[in-house]
Amino acid sequence: MPHEITRLRVDRIACTGHGVCAELLPELVTLDEWGYPLVAENGVIPARLARAARRAVTGCPALALSLASGPATLRGSSEGAQIPSRAGSTRLRT
Amino acid sequence: MTPGRVRPGHATPPGEPGLPRLLPPAADLAADDTGLPPGLDLAAHLRRRGLPRFRGSALIEQAAAAGLTGRGGAAFSVARKLTAVAAGGRGIVVVANAAEGEPASSKDAALLWYAPHLVLDGLQAAAEAVGARTAYLGLHARREPRGLDLAAHLTAALASRAAAGTDRVAVELVETPPRFLAGEESALVAFINGGPARPADKARRVFERGIGGRPTLVQNVETLAHLALIARYGGEWFRTVGTADEPGSMLCTIRDPDGRVRIVEAALGTPLHRLLPLGDDVQAVLAGGYHGGWLHVADARRLTLSNADLRPAGAIVGAGVLAALPAAHCGLAETARVARSLALESAGQCGPCFNGLPAIASALAAVAQPRPAGRELADLHRWAGLVTGRGACHHPDGTVRFVASALEVFAAETALHARGGCSAIRRDQFLPLPAAPVTESDWR
Repeated sequence: MPHEITRLRVDRIACTGHGVCAELLPELVTLDEWGYPLVAENGVIPARLARAARRAVTGCPALALSLASGPATLRGSSEGAQIPSRAGSTRLRT
Repeated sequence: MTPGRVRPGHATPPGEPGLPRLLPPAADLAADDTGLPPGLDLAAHLRRRGLPRFRGSALIEQAAAAGLTGRGGAAFSVARKLTAVAAGGRGIVVVANAAEGEPASSKDAALLWYAPHLVLDGLQAAAEAVGARTAYLGLHARREPRGLDLAAHLTAALASRAAAGTDRVAVELVETPPRFLAGEESALVAFINGGPARPADKARRVFERGIGGRPTLVQNVETLAHLALIARYGGEWFRTVGTADEPGSMLCTIRDPDGRVRIVEAALGTPLHRLLPLGDDVQAVLAGGYHGGWLHVADARRLTLSNADLRPAGAIVGAGVLAALPAAHCGLAETARVARSLALESAGQCGPCFNGLPAIASALAAVAQPRPAGRELADLHRWAGLVTGRGACHHPDGTVRFVASALEVFAAETALHARGGCSAIRRDQFLPLPAAPVTESDWR
């Protein structure tokens, strides 16, 4: 069994740049010059920040944040579900 | 070429098509729409191509053996996609994607015009392989007055197949809005679902929940045409051209330095200098279209048509757009005008994209002017880092790749502009821009 990790995921379409996440989770989230979140560490949430991350998710006015759990080997999972892949990083488009 | 009678055990038995596989042997097609030959009708198509040998899960195995990847630009494994969708359960939907929104590409339109039945065969084969009962063909609505009437052409092709009883799954034609992003997989699905043709968040992928919430297979029409040939001649045959890592052939839309546009089918791994003239009158090559990258002509002369060669050089194979920029044009001005249209083509959904792309486009427009620069170059490099990887789709990433490659390849020109000069002697636009201005209603 691969090691399970939890990531903070931003729905970029839902996000309207309120910036609440950067206030509630400053260790992981900063804002760009337009007020949109920049997530550090590829969104991986260390155990000590789990509670703050949950607060950020529930506190987002646009409901744009979620937590995604998955195997640590799946790179780029902050971009969402993927077809299971040996390479693990290929994104799906036609 | 005689109709393909398949002889198992041979990689390329006589009668199986060499290159070109998809388009007529008459070498290069002029893509100047009305100059295209009319293509094969159903009877001639079946005489030439014969009937499929591999179907269902056997076809998926052959696609895996072939190493066929998507020809819409992302080069994703077709067998993996087919397998994932087939596992999705009931009510599976298949979509043939010809929403060719890239202004510099017309290979899908040429393929549909010349070989509609090959594409439609591939669509039926894919539908059978994944167990789909519903099929769509998404077609880019062209606005040019001289454009081919592909919708009428395909309607006639579908009618002749219905009359002959060749198809198990009915195909619905859908004309998509003439937007750059309308062919992005989730945008096409959103449009067929009745909404605007805008990309969706990727938390839920269309292979799991697409059209009507059903598992949905979206494949580029050229991919389906290759699949139709693999169904006849097998995966081993497919690999007889191309490289070991990037097998097969692909259609390319080639813009020569004189502005002429050709559709050419080329094996992956073909040297670029054999595909387009790269003489002293050419300064750079755009590879992979407007989400691709510029190459110095000196680099282009030693590179091949493959991601193995092009990615390390800052470009991609993409959907096969290759353009040879004449030395007489300003590469910065060309890129700035395209970047502006790419900013306007943002779906306006993701903050980093709808803020960053206009900022990038206007800074690049300033750099494209022959006058001392301010802080635009520093801004460009910062913004490039800020928008990459932060959109629901690849539009910001692709746009940044295109702009960043221009800053690198045209660095000497940038320095000349900063001193108030410009080496260009022509001011007209070489690269094509979207035909129509963008309005909000264009998304529907």
